Order: sequence, then C-alpha cells, then structure tokens
Amino acid sequence: MKDCVSIVIVSHSPDVARGAADMVREMVGDEIRVAHCGGNPAGGLGTDVTAIQAAIRAVYGPKGVAVLVDLGGAETNSEMAIELLPADMRSNVVICNAPIVEGAVMAAAEAVGGAPLATVRATAEEFQS
Amino acid sequence: MSRDLRARLIDAAVATIVGHADELTALDRAIGDGDHGLNMRRGFEAIAAARETIAAAPLGEALHQAGMTLVMKVGGASGPLYGSLLMAMGKALAAEPSTAAEVVRALAEGVEAVKRRGKSTAGEKTMLDVLVPVLGALDGEAGGVLDRARAASERGLAATRDIKATKGRASFLGERSVGHLDPGARSSDLLVHAVCDVIEARS
Repeated sequence: MKDCVSIVIVSHSPDVARGAADMVREMVGDEIRVAHCGGNPAGGLGTDVTAIQAAIRAVYGPKGVAVLVDLGGAETNSEMAIELLPADMRSNVVICNAPIVEGAVMAAAEAVGGAPLATVRATAEEFQS
Repeated sequence: MSRDLRARLIDAAVATIVGHADELTALDRAIGDGDHGLNMRRGFEAIAAARETIAAAPLGEALHQAGMTLVMKVGGASGPLYGSLLMAMGKALAAEPSTAAEVVRALAEGVEAVKRRGKSTAGEKTMLDVLVPVLGALDGEAGGVLDRARAASERGLAATRDIKATKGRASFLGERSVGHLDPGARSSDLLVHAVCDVIEARS
C-alpha cells in the first residue's frame, strides 16, 4: 500500500457508513486505507467517540486522515475524538466539511494520487456549494 | 466539597435525567431526531454506575470523570457538549474551591467550552439559552442566588419556544422549529434545578 492520506467515514448509521466505504473501495480499490464506523455505544443510530477513535487509529499513517461525517452529532463526536488523540496525531486528522458519500469518494480519488491532507480536504470540500 | 455532597449531586442529576427521559425524547422528536432522552439517560446511567469512583474523587477530578463518561457513552452531540461543560469546569476546579465565586468562574469556563464545542452562542435555541442566563444570575449578592438561577433557567427555557433553530438537527426545520421547546435547553434546565435543590437542602 502506498503512503496516502487515509479516509474515515462516520455516520449515524452503520449501514450508511459501510455503504459509503464500499463505494470508496469500488472507486479506488484497496490502494488507500479506509475505515468506517456508525451507531451509538448501545448499537442504535448515533455515533460513538470510542469507535471513531478506533477507526482513526486503524488507518492512521504519516500523511494523515481525512474524516467524513454525516449529521451534527457525528461532527461533534468526531471533533471530540480527534481532541482526545495524542498531540502528534491530532494535528494530522481533519474533518472535511462535505457530503459524506460524495466527499469520501472525492477525497479518496485525490488521496490515491498521493496528495497531501490539505489538498484531499480541499477537494472533498469543493462539493460544498 | 464533601464526598457525600458530590454523591448527592450525582444522584439528583441522574434521577432528574432518567425521570424525564421520555419528555426529553418527545421534545426531540418534534424538532430533532428523537434520541435526546435515550442518549442522556444512557450517559447518566453510566455516571450512576461509576458513582462511587466519581464521588470519591476531588471535585475537579470528579467533574472530569463525569464529563468523560458522557463523552464516551451518550452517542449524540449532547455527549461532547455536556462532556465539555463538565470537563472544562473540572479543569477550572483543579484546586478545591474555597469560595462560591470560584465555582461560578468554573461554570463560566464550562459555558465557554460548550460555545466552542457547539460553535454556538445564546439565542440559537440550544442549551446555551439556559446556561448563559443562569450564569448571569449567579452574579451579584449571595442572598436568593438559587432562586435567581432557577428563575433564569425557566425563563431561558421558555424563550427557546419562539426561537428559530439555526444549530443542530432542528435547524433543518427552519421556521417549523418555532413553537417547540428546545430539548437540550430542557435537559440543562432539569440539571440546573437538580443542582440548586441539592445545594439548597444542604444549607
């Protein structure tokens, strides 16, 4: 596997998270590391700080991690998860302000070319009007 | 602050959240995704499960532990929001407070942390519409301070009914969010009353 920015997908729904990750892999194959998580600590719809941290750690590499989220709580919980990471990792993980599916696919397409994290994020965020 | 008082504060907070979980969920179903009561109950039941450990810790550490429990267990935005409130208060109270003013300053730090976490401010139909006026009511003379805080909480909560939401899930509803109380403001109101009642019973 090349040294690329990794992607983490955080949805309220485990099915949405898995589906978005499937679409990313369909687009870019296994060339980049993609992790996904969804659902609250009780298994219902929601997000889980511990699971988000685990997903980030699972794919973390020197080029960093771009995180795609769906709704408010996913963003707030992802911000919290990032803040609770060790300082050296924290600065290397960003949340993209982009639609979760389109943003993930765009970010992955940029990442697979070896772009730095800031470029990956910018490409994902171009989807915002 | 004594271990016994910390335990009573935990018990009162847990009891009011668990006791009103259905009401919070009903409020959230009107303008959000209908999980506020469930999420808050899960978080506060986790605090109840850790009651002995949390109550045994000094106040600052106890607040940090309770906040971290909410962050890890709630599963919605309210986890990091209430978690940040308590963790920032805990940080500000690293040394045991000897005056009420120190506790009020710590609450101010907590409210600022909620603003940062939610990228929000008072007037946007959120828990801040209760917390900010309550903080304001704690300023001034000690006499009647608990009654002022409770009254400010109730007024703040009631005022959320007429606000159009621009933050959180309720913002998707726009004008349709008007006419409903904010569930986060209600959970904050419940906690303000619980804390005031425990402190009043002690004095």
